Amino acid sequence: MAFTLYALIQTAILFTNAIAVLHEERFLSKIGWGAEQGIGGFGDEPGIKAQLLNLIRSVRTVMRVPLIAVNSVCIVLLLLFG
Amino acid sequence: MEYPNQSGFRQQAGVRMRGTPGDPRDPSLLFDDTSAGGDKHDLSGVGKGPGVCPGQALISDPMSNLALAYGSSLASHGREMMDKNLDRFIPISKLKYYFAVDTVYVGKKLGLLVFPYMHDNWEVIYQQDTPVAPRFDINAPDLYIPVMGFITYILVAGLALGTQNRFSPEILGIQASSALVWLIIEVLAVLLSLYLVTVNTDLTTIDLVAFSGYKYVGMIVGVIAGLLFGRMGYHLSLLWCCVSTFVFTIRTLRLKILSEAAAEGRLVRGAKNQLRMYLTMAIAAAQPVFMYWLTFHLVR
Repeated sequence: MAFTLYALIQTAILFTNAIAVLHEERFLSKIGWGAEQGIGGFGDEPGIKAQLLNLIRSVRTVMRVPLIAVNSVCIVLLLLFG
Repeated sequence: MEYPNQSGFRQQAGVRMRGTPGDPRDPSLLFDDTSAGGDKHDLSGVGKGPGVCPGQALISDPMSNLALAYGSSLASHGREMMDKNLDRFIPISKLKYYFAVDTVYVGKKLGLLVFPYMHDNWEVIYQQDTPVAPRFDINAPDLYIPVMGFITYILVAGLALGTQNRFSPEILGIQASSALVWLIIEVLAVLLSLYLVTVNTDLTTIDLVAFSGYKYVGMIVGVIAGLLFGRMGYHLSLLWCCVSTFVFTIRTLRLKILSEAAAEGRLVRGAKNQLRMYLTMAIAAAQPVFMYWLTFHLVR
């Protein structure tokens, strides 16, 4: 299995893009993964589902702008070098 | 036009001084031996120079003096800027802790990786809230064995492929980057699962890299046994190393991930501890899977 570092970078970009395109109100709320369903009680520990929803929401918020830049660079490189 | 003549005269004198140790009558010297001249220049800068002429040549030429001082200040400035910036990205001082090992530690740790069944006390010794250096505590993680194991694995893989006439220099690079990618994927997966289960642990990322790197020792033993004894030797030794790596990982991570009571062996009810136990077992079970995945194509 010849994995290169380039394949890893490609995988990371694709995964992050996939998380970034999940729309908050059209999709996530419909299947019960919206932002307001993530915040459980404040007493106990969050639990796996709440942590996952938190992770999705924070990835979308943080990576939105850098993904624009990274995707543009990727598009230019792929156009130039195939 | 007195000045250029004077400096030219002094430079010629300097050249003659530089040439003398090399014996200008010696035909084997193809060019001037400037190293002695360079030494003489430095000496005359620091202490009493051996002759008057080189010292005068340096001092009388203020441009070279200025250039020397400017160059050295630029070099030191660049170096301290690089140190400061590098320390922001890669914590060098923290890395030094993981390489503070000695031969006795490495020997004992390698023995522990292959035979962890007799060892009782798996706790890490602390000293005022910071862990003790690996040199003094066999249970502390280090990065020396994983790094050396990784490099040795690449070399042994090249050797194994060479005995089957499948070797080419690019293969080494492909193996290295492939193993590195799997290591990164494994560390990221462990980090993600630790985050999801909300474990309050003091395991840093470098600790996880160290624990993931310990499996290279078992892989190397398996591949070498496979080279010496054929497929049967490979399967037997890999089985042994997989089981011992599994036990080693469980016993080491149990203390870090589980809560105090569960780590001591008492049965603690509760979904949280059960989840953490499953997580520890999953991390430990991933080790033999990787060990087999990364080596089975090397032994035919």
